[in-house]
Amino acid sequence: MAVTVRLPTLLRVHADGAATVDAEGATVGEVFGELTSRYPALADQLVDGNGGLHKFVNVYRNDDDIRYLDQLDTKVVEGDTISILPAVAGG
Amino acid sequence: MRYDDVLGLIGNTPLVGIHELSPNPDVRIFAKLEGQNPGGSSKDRIALKMVDLAEKEGALAPGDTILEPSSGNTGIGLAIVARRRGYRLRVVMPENVSVERRQLLEIYGAEVVLSPGEEGSNGAIRLSEALAAAEPGLVRLFQYGNPANPLAHYETTGPEIWADCPEVDAFVAGLGTSGTLMGVGRYLKEHKREVQVVAVEPPSGELVQGLRNVADGFVPPIFDPDVLDRKFIVRPRESIEWLRRLLDECQVFAGISSGAAVAGAAKVAREMDAGTIVTLLPDGGWKYLSSGAWTDDLDEVVERATKINYW
Repeated sequence: MAVTVRLPTLLRVHADGAATVDAEGATVGEVFGELTSRYPALADQLVDGNGGLHKFVNVYRNDDDIRYLDQLDTKVVEGDTISILPAVAGG
Repeated sequence: MRYDDVLGLIGNTPLVGIHELSPNPDVRIFAKLEGQNPGGSSKDRIALKMVDLAEKEGALAPGDTILEPSSGNTGIGLAIVARRRGYRLRVVMPENVSVERRQLLEIYGAEVVLSPGEEGSNGAIRLSEALAAAEPGLVRLFQYGNPANPLAHYETTGPEIWADCPEVDAFVAGLGTSGTLMGVGRYLKEHKREVQVVAVEPPSGELVQGLRNVADGFVPPIFDPDVLDRKFIVRPRESIEWLRRLLDECQVFAGISSGAAVAGAAKVAREMDAGTIVTLLPDGGWKYLSSGAWTDDLDEVVERATKINYW
């Protein structure tokens, strides 16, 4: 499944400056696996030491936060967009 | 209705049907109009509760100065409460918030300290920490970490919604500090376990500068992810489009973040079979007239919304 990953400004430095990257995978975790094999410096920014999602990162499948779907096991289909955003203060 | 002073007007806001905006004929949507509070937003509730609790704990003495990072509404609420109770207030606010917010703070007598706009609320928090370190006498209430914030909503907003609309199936609100969703969400779930608590948020992290890596991010200490059932992004264009529909089809004049809340309610309605949604509109439209949100070209307003902090 080819999906588009949108990277925040903060992470583009680890991906040769790209704002969006196309990657393959059946779940968000698999997509991240491919992404981090291509750009190893992204790994520490996306997942924590236990293989879970980094506390200060929010990841969205087509705008839905995957923490309320199936976390990194959230399924993706062809054409989905995964957006990664740093957690920042609102309000 | 008769009150001893203006603080008595805080809370007891109305629920108003905006069913025209429901994309599902079997789902009704009610909006809680928090702009009816005396300071014009839901933040009046938490301002009062934070000051009440600080007084009770002996953390505030007459003449003290309160220091608070706020993009506006909490600052305005605190300005009213602080002045009534005899405290001074210093608000640290991103420089790119709507001009009306700053004007209101000044009218109520608060001192405004501006933080770098591109750093968003993160920057306001960071600057207020630096100011507090340099001046230890300042009293920090810190809405992002103060249990009085969700407690205010647990004790007032939640019970009001439950009393006015016990048939509620889903509650949709903007995330912000998370105080509204935490307090209302907990209260409603205690009374009706199956209520869906849904957060909407703007894509703030796309714009905020000054983060070196994700570890510099911020999650409010009061946020408990388990209270929510769902969370999704509403982008500025969609927020403004729904804000206009709210005015055009329901004649409800609300603040820009209300557009996102209504967009979220509509998305939830589309995916439900039938039922009732309550969404909270944090403030009225008055403080955003300068944004051109209702009048200017949509593309221009959306572009402006990426530079000015309307949330």
